[in-house]
Amino acid sequence: MSKHETFYDVIRQRGVSRREFLGFCAVTATTLGLGPAGAMTVAHAMETKPRIPVLWLHGLECTCCSESFLRSGHPQASEIITSMISLDYDDVIMAAAGDQAEEIVHDIIRDYRGEYILAIEGNIPLANDGMCCIVGGRPFRQQFDEAAKHAKAIIAWGTCASSGCVQAARPNPTKATPVHKLVSHVPVINVPGCPPIAEVMTGVLSYILTYDRLPELDNQLRPKMFYSQRVHDKCYRRAHFDAGQFVEKWDDDGARQGWCLYKMGCRGPTTYNACASMGWNEGTSFPIKSGHGCIGCSEEGYFDRGPFYERLPDMQQWGVESNADKIAVAGAAVLGSAIAIQTGATLVKRILTGKSLKDTPIEDAPETPGNQK
Amino acid sequence: MPKFIPYHRMPEKGLLPAVMVYGPGIRIWHWLNALSVVVLAITGYFIGIPPPSAIGDTSSLYVMGWIRLLHLAFGYTFALLAIMRLWLVFAEGGISHQLFLPAIWRKVWFDGFLRQIQWNLLLGGPLRYVGLNPLANVAMLTMFVIPGAIIILTGFAMYAEVTGHDSWQYLLFGWVTMLFGNTLDLHVFHRLAMWVMVWFSMAHIYIAVREDILSRQTVVSTMLSGERQFRD
Ligand code: HEM
Ligand code: SF4
Repeated sequence: MSKHETFYDVIRQRGVSRREFLGFCAVTATTLGLGPAGAMTVAHAMETKPRIPVLWLHGLECTCCSESFLRSGHPQASEIITSMISLDYDDVIMAAAGDQAEEIVHDIIRDYRGEYILAIEGNIPLANDGMCCIVGGRPFRQQFDEAAKHAKAIIAWGTCASSGCVQAARPNPTKATPVHKLVSHVPVINVPGCPPIAEVMTGVLSYILTYDRLPELDNQLRPKMFYSQRVHDKCYRRAHFDAGQFVEKWDDDGARQGWCLYKMGCRGPTTYNACASMGWNEGTSFPIKSGHGCIGCSEEGYFDRGPFYERLPDMQQWGVESNADKIAVAGAAVLGSAIAIQTGATLVKRILTGKSLKDTPIEDAPETPGNQK
Repeated sequence: MPKFIPYHRMPEKGLLPAVMVYGPGIRIWHWLNALSVVVLAITGYFIGIPPPSAIGDTSSLYVMGWIRLLHLAFGYTFALLAIMRLWLVFAEGGISHQLFLPAIWRKVWFDGFLRQIQWNLLLGGPLRYVGLNPLANVAMLTMFVIPGAIIILTGFAMYAEVTGHDSWQYLLFGWVTMLFGNTLDLHVFHRLAMWVMVWFSMAHIYIAVREDILSRQTVVSTMLSGERQFRD
């Protein structure tokens, strides 16, 4: 691995033609919203900038991020991006194994101290000294700490790495902890989603590699270019939401007509992601387009906010099977009975003592000491 | 009307002169506030659980749109009224500060609080006083003022989701989102706070009418005339 190699050199060595390369640059520039001149900016950067190695580590995860990434829409994209990163280290797709593979991690950390990008898929379980996730015979926590310390920036792939996802759902037995909570001096960028959209992943990587800086992030460290709008804001069923036309049952006429899935528990209104604008599988579809509500997979703690098919999430802390409205009804019932009992008791007392129903007579009034100001 | 009338007990016997306790501002505020809470609770309920689907074409239907518009318009009204209410404490005085600051550290107040509890358990008789009913005062603070603040904060934080990260709503209320992480929680807390206010309204209206009938002083009409009158 020569330090002076550019991205373009590596890409060409992989047998990608210049035509394909320029196609990739154009597609990437479009996803990033760079405008017509953007393609040339990306191409120029890739031709001149020295290649930055990407170390891709896997913690406690299901590999759906890798699955999504390898299926990115533009076929050249995956080829090009994987040639930027794969051969360095990614235990899912690399050929090396065992000590030989672990050595690569050491080499990169040593040779590119402070220069490499660390991509983390999955999170870090802290319970029982990290024994719930062992990589290369050691707790993942150790590999992560070594790699994180000298990285230039860390990309947290998916909801696992960004906020915990399924394995961090209550009661989180392995104490699965997202990346940004364990890193202090290295910038972290969260790319949530279970998995994130492939084009979002390649877009984020290309941006960082091309511009040598992180894209603009929001307060949850998500790149604004992909996560600043809710699914609800771009959803093609939004017209039915505004009109007040909702699917009430999975087999009703509204479902056939493609009405809004809000009443079926759609989490689009509280989910920041690009599904509704970019789509999945080369823009073929996305959950709502396939007739299923959004489950909010890119949001923190989404797995603890079920049921997915009801609009109001459960509040287990208030007892099994309760939600805001059930609590409200219980409270109102208690209060209503109190009012009824008090009114009834007052009436009975007045009638029994033969006193007027209006104004309490003075002899019943309590003595007040001093009537002070 | 004197500035800042403290809570104090009136003699149990005899006809007493009426006392002016609420200025016109507080009275207008009270009824506008009541109106906006009713509109907000109805539209808010339907935002969470929409009415049965409207039939027709989306080009002419705007059911949820209007419900949300009403809610947001009255949401702004409610928030502006809250600011007005704080300003009235200083502008109008009277007993208006007691809503935010029950005088728990004062002996008479605390005695009145215990006596109100007894009275509501049908032990002992009613009290006559100038000021807020101490028991009601606590309910107003915990079941209206605090949920009201939560509702305004979460309401504008949800509004910031609609207007986006570059809006003034986000600048002022975006931090509320950070407390929760998942913005679905904003909806849940907003809705819970609504139900607390609904409970409050039930108790508030009932107690106001009950006290007016039973405790030899005006309560309901005081919010119209501003005067607390005492009956023999
Ligand atoms: C008495 C006061 C209020 C009550 C009772 C109330 C009630 C509600 C309820 C029940 C919901 C539905 C929550 C859900 O299930 O998703 C809601 C939504 C909402 N409220 Fe309020 N609200 C009040 C004041 C406000 C204020 C002051 C604002 C600030 C502008 C506000 C803004 C909103 C917004 C933006 C939504 C979400 C709309 C949407 O998801 O389309 N509300 N409100
Ligand atoms: S289907 Fe979901 S995201 Fe789409 S408009 Fe309805 S609630 Fe919003």
